[in-house]
Amino acid sequence: MSRRAVITGIGVTAPNGLGTEAYWAATLEGRSGLGPISRFDPAGYPVRVAGEVSDFTAAEHVPSRLIPQTDNWTHLGLTAAAWALDDAGADPAAFPEYEMAVVTASSSGGTEFGQREIERLWTKGPSWVGAYQSIAWFYAATTGQISIRHGMRGSCGVVCAEQAGALDAAGQARQLIRTGTRLVVTGGADASLCPYGLTAQYSSGRLSQGDDPGRAYLPFDVGAAGYVPGEGGAMLVVENAADAHARSAPVIYGEIAGYAATFDPRPGSGREPGLRRAMELALADAGLAAGGVDVVFADAAGVPELDLQEAAAIRAVFGPAGVPVTAPKTMTGRLYAGGAALDLAGALLAIRDGVIPPTAGVTELAPGCDLDLVRGAAREARVGTAMVVARGYGGFNAAIVVTKTD
Amino acid sequence: MAQLGSFTLDDLKEVMRACAGVTESVDLDSDIADVTFEDLGYDSLAVLEMAAKLQNHLGVVIPDDVAEQLPTPRALAEYVNVRLAA
Repeated sequence: MSRRAVITGIGVTAPNGLGTEAYWAATLEGRSGLGPISRFDPAGYPVRVAGEVSDFTAAEHVPSRLIPQTDNWTHLGLTAAAWALDDAGADPAAFPEYEMAVVTASSSGGTEFGQREIERLWTKGPSWVGAYQSIAWFYAATTGQISIRHGMRGSCGVVCAEQAGALDAAGQARQLIRTGTRLVVTGGADASLCPYGLTAQYSSGRLSQGDDPGRAYLPFDVGAAGYVPGEGGAMLVVENAADAHARSAPVIYGEIAGYAATFDPRPGSGREPGLRRAMELALADAGLAAGGVDVVFADAAGVPELDLQEAAAIRAVFGPAGVPVTAPKTMTGRLYAGGAALDLAGALLAIRDGVIPPTAGVTELAPGCDLDLVRGAAREARVGTAMVVARGYGGFNAAIVVTKTD
Repeated sequence: MAQLGSFTLDDLKEVMRACAGVTESVDLDSDIADVTFEDLGYDSLAVLEMAAKLQNHLGVVIPDDVAEQLPTPRALAEYVNVRLAA
């Protein structure tokens, strides 16, 4: 029988909840983690609201040896990975080291670490720039530190495709499982809420300048005016289904049944963006018709033109109001490389609990965005199959279909 | 234990903790003066980081190639003390 990639563990570090169950409870209740930026004084910057992981203390979760060597983004990733392994009941020492792999997504790298070092450079001089800057900024740092900490020496990598990256990483994880790897830690995280990081993000022109946390990020709404940035993400443990059953894994959340990635045409070409094709290809890859999907976790850019494009793509694939759509990221902000990983975790929990989490804040859908957007409260529903879609700045599109396993 | 002069092993341990943390399996409060940095879990990057910190805070110049030749806390502390006394 062919090898099938199933998810056996989830670890979450999100602005509205530290730990999978804390995140999920907050999300189902519509409790947001968005608030005024507190990490630094944002007075001189146009962005005022963010999704900060405010209750996280690295010393409680990360080996002390690693704290001065790594960025906050890696602290969050290491923590989520350890929780995911715990959740999976998987002791890495019990697996052959070359049959475990790590593939995560990163969008900004160790920006906050870099901010501190750059400040030392300009205030004190080059000899004050720490040696660890050389490894802490690096996109692959989180993958590498997870790999070293847990002795996972199989094929490791990092995907940099902004918000789409974590779906691409999960797609790679599935590929590794199919070709013989026993266990893959995948997912993504980002934590770039420092002046340097935010300034870089702001150049996209897509960030919200709103100062009311409840109204700053309203995807598909008539009041949509950009997105709120957040930090954190999720890590997942992926295994071959038969192996997971053989070792009596405590939970099998679902299977990665379909995955596809596409790239947008050149800006100004007038051609259709690649999002619809990514969704169709993921369905085809899963061998499913659109009618088989019970919920879509939307990309939800919060930028009117991009919302319209996404709504059009969802309608083209699923028909008018053909599928419930949700965007729990309205309660966390867009987490970049962590965003789609968190949505993937949410999709698996929706399957587990038979409930679709709500989209917060949205009250009036914009013309052209008339989707069956789950709002107001969580919606109970039989969720056997969920699709997660994501778009990364620069033209990346990805879609994943996860299905309930017996 | 040999006298280390004004820069003590405890001072160095503080720098080690601040620069690179402590591996769970190591007790820095035990007698580690002659245990190699490598065995204490401090790799070459950690030693460079400590050398830079000592240089910035004490004004003692420890070139990178010299830092690599100081394998233990005692060797590093003695190097610092000789320069401090000079």
